[in-house]
Amino acid sequence: MKLTDRLHSWKELPIGGIIPEGGTSRAYKTGTWRTGKKPVWHPERCIQCLFCWIYCPDDAILVTEDGKRADFDYDYCKGCGICARECPAKPEKAIEMVDELR
Amino acid sequence: MSQVAKELMALTGNEAAAYAMRQINPDVVAAYPITPQTELMQTFAQYVADGLVDTELVTVESEHSAMSACVGAAAAGARTMTATSSQGLALMWEVLYIASGLRLPIVMCVINRALSAPINIHGDHSDAMGARDSGWIQLFCENAQEVYDNVLQAVRIAEEVFLPVMVNYDGFIISHGVEVVETLPKEVVQAFVGERKTPYKLLDVEHPITVGALDLQDYYMEHKRAQSEAMRTAMPTILKIGEDFEKLTGRRYEAIETYRLDDAELAIVALGSTCGTAKDAIDELRDEGLKAGLLKIRVFRPFPWKYIQTALRGKKAVAVMDRAEGMSAVGGPVFHEVRSCLYDLGDRPPIVNYIYGLGGRDVSIEDIKKVFNELVPIAETGKVEDFYRYLGVRE
Repeated sequence: MKLTDRLHSWKELPIGGIIPEGGTSRAYKTGTWRTGKKPVWHPERCIQCLFCWIYCPDDAILVTEDGKRADFDYDYCKGCGICARECPAKPEKAIEMVDELR
Repeated sequence: MSQVAKELMALTGNEAAAYAMRQINPDVVAAYPITPQTELMQTFAQYVADGLVDTELVTVESEHSAMSACVGAAAAGARTMTATSSQGLALMWEVLYIASGLRLPIVMCVINRALSAPINIHGDHSDAMGARDSGWIQLFCENAQEVYDNVLQAVRIAEEVFLPVMVNYDGFIISHGVEVVETLPKEVVQAFVGERKTPYKLLDVEHPITVGALDLQDYYMEHKRAQSEAMRTAMPTILKIGEDFEKLTGRRYEAIETYRLDDAELAIVALGSTCGTAKDAIDELRDEGLKAGLLKIRVFRPFPWKYIQTALRGKKAVAVMDRAEGMSAVGGPVFHEVRSCLYDLGDRPPIVNYIYGLGGRDVSIEDIKKVFNELVPIAETGKVEDFYRYLGVRE
């Protein structure tokens, strides 16, 4: 039985709240925790230092196979804003926190 | 009833429990000593030391650790048992809920003892009543024979319902009183309890599982509903195991036991050793012409409300005996639940509560007869003026 496809009834759950398979944390989209602001990436200002990738506490910054910064993974970005604070690009940062309506 | 070779033994209640555990031969026992449970674990530890069981005996540093070790062992698939009393059960409190929430079939003897303060080591039901909502099945024993019998049945109940089971018996009154106990041969016990079957394997690295995962707003309620269903549907399994046990021993075990109750006008409801005293009191009262009867609750969790409704329907007056002061300001816990389940009866009887026997205060035949005699005017008038009463307290 796949536990992660939909919200299940109490009659369908494995006994005692066990999770009968591995790797299920991928299905838990912690990006839904984000409230108020989300980071937006401006690739034209980005200097490809990857500081944001290093500082992100949640692996929410995607990197291409050849090591280049790609866009955010909003499924897991909790909107903490550390990437925007640490971005060293000048004169304008390449990451901006913008209002997000949910 | 089959012809099984039985042996009569002179045992204390604790020795009866230890002997049952020896015959069950559990994989793991984790325990910490506390009066009046100590004699049980001391006897069982001797069996371990003498090589009479294969059990891994884990001597831990507290009851909190004892129950935690039991949770781990039971989750790993081991047949797991323990025992405690009073403060020890109180210290286990948070882990009791983990054992039941994880649906682990742990069997624990609770040798009922008062809770501090004031400190007291003697028998009452304060400890078990504090755990009545912890999701454990609770059985109560009247004497050492029932201790032996209920411990054997508890293993199967736990493993077939997937809920932990407490086998309760009164501290000192049962735990340290020597009685004649009819025991079964070990191979008969082994055949009765069988092999433990597990719904999953914790140590199967090819098929990893998570036990005890975080469970938030989206699923916690469904898991509690499923756990509640296990308790709500446990009774047929408990009764079936009782029938299987009766075939072996001739001794009948049901949710409740009634004694001269069918034609009784006055009834008392009780748990534990007091039921034996009440039976003698009822015999004397019957000789004196009073229609008295007893309802003994053997299975307190799941609460056998349908059986109690049927048994008490049409009685002229009922007294519920609580060996624990509930501190709810409206009577003891057994009283609450018995009175609640009578609410839906059109002809519900007048009902009163007696708090009695706290801290091991002795309960005599005369005490029980006093309760019945106080029911007489209630039966005549149908009126209850003061439902919250104490038996034998100095005013």
